[in-house]
Amino acid sequence: MADKVRKNALEALDGLLFDGMTIMAGGFGLCGIPENLIAAIRESGVKDLTVVSNNCGVDGFGLGILLENRQIKKMISSYVGENKLFEQLYLSGELELEFNPQGTLAERIRAGGAGIPAFFTKTGVGTLVAEGKEVREFDGERYVMEMGLTADLSIVKAHTGDAEGNLVFRKTARNFNPMMATAGKATVVEVEVLVANGQLDKDNIHTPGIFVDRIFKGAVFEKRIERVTTRPREEKATA
Amino acid sequence: MAWTRDDMAARAARELKDGFYVNLGIGIPTLVANYIPEGVHVTLQSENGMLGMGPFPYEGDEDADLINAGKQTITELDSSSYFSSADSFAMIRGGHIALSILGGMQVSEDGDLANWMVPGKMVKGMGGAMDLVAGVKRVVVVMDHCEKSGAPKLLKECSLPLTGANVVDLLITELGVFEINRGKTPVRLIELAPGVTVDDVRAKTEADFEVAL
Repeated sequence: MADKVRKNALEALDGLLFDGMTIMAGGFGLCGIPENLIAAIRESGVKDLTVVSNNCGVDGFGLGILLENRQIKKMISSYVGENKLFEQLYLSGELELEFNPQGTLAERIRAGGAGIPAFFTKTGVGTLVAEGKEVREFDGERYVMEMGLTADLSIVKAHTGDAEGNLVFRKTARNFNPMMATAGKATVVEVEVLVANGQLDKDNIHTPGIFVDRIFKGAVFEKRIERVTTRPREEKATA
Repeated sequence: MAWTRDDMAARAARELKDGFYVNLGIGIPTLVANYIPEGVHVTLQSENGMLGMGPFPYEGDEDADLINAGKQTITELDSSSYFSSADSFAMIRGGHIALSILGGMQVSEDGDLANWMVPGKMVKGMGGAMDLVAGVKRVVVVMDHCEKSGAPKLLKECSLPLTGANVVDLLITELGVFEINRGKTPVRLIELAPGVTVDDVRAKTEADFEVAL
């Protein structure tokens, strides 16, 4: 059986990168992003990338570092409001952008990984999102056709993984990672904890190893927080 | 004396019913969580993949793996669950969420909502807003009645790109509450903020509306 475990991000990406490729990157904001793999992609200098990710990091962290290095040609995202450089590059025409509603993006990736070429959703009917797309009526309601989405490479962050590539995510760091793991021609995963086979509870695996080609334990996890919000210790819970 | 942001949030909170699964947008809608009426138990959904959102953590207890859709650090409750973005939007699109409270830039008398884009100026994206208005059973919009320039935001037709067509059920502004009913009936002004008159509202509103106080 092929060994999926790699030493580090560089080794895990070996032979997989090429100019003009499409990469899916997991994460919501800076939560659950494959930060070691993003750093290695920046190092590689690979360019003209189409990147599928819900957001595009922030200035100086996450996918923002690939923007700064002008490695991204096109983004497919739902929200990029946290990134000033993004707005600037887009408005000046240096960056292509395709906005997808967040649920449509998630479902396109899920469909792509599940062998479903297209599906109908009511999200976006009557808006710019539906322009140029087939709209069909089912039971008196209108739905727009959206295409499944796949990538040359998916980069994924999980909390714990085993040598087989079985993955367990933690809290809201799961987000887009499980679907993206299914939709890459190659899927590379970084984990905080890498264990031997047999250590994970087999009833509680979020992503089965079949979807994972390579896995490694990340060297550094900065896990930057975008908006620290707290309450004073005296105060009672209000939310 | 119009309503403050907190007054608007408190008014929106009265739309919450016991047992509701609810999604709150960013801005004033987030404040709604502070005004959940006593005896009403609701479960807050965060579209990045959580049901049962708890309050902000105590200082020092922040967890980078635990944020809401506004990217703020939050906490979990005993009843909380986590799931993927695909499952999250299956809940939203599939009609399993009872109520969504969102911010807005423009609302039309047909119940259209614009809140994601100003062509040539603001490029942020729709995030989950289009899915929420398409799939959630009842959609409440909370927004300022006019733009900073004084231009009305409750219009005959939205001039900005839409988030959804015929999607708004109720609109709350600092001046009052409007039943929009997804454009199926004429807009009705059903409540006024203290000290606000119908004439004040007419002067600041482009849309036609009936008075049903």
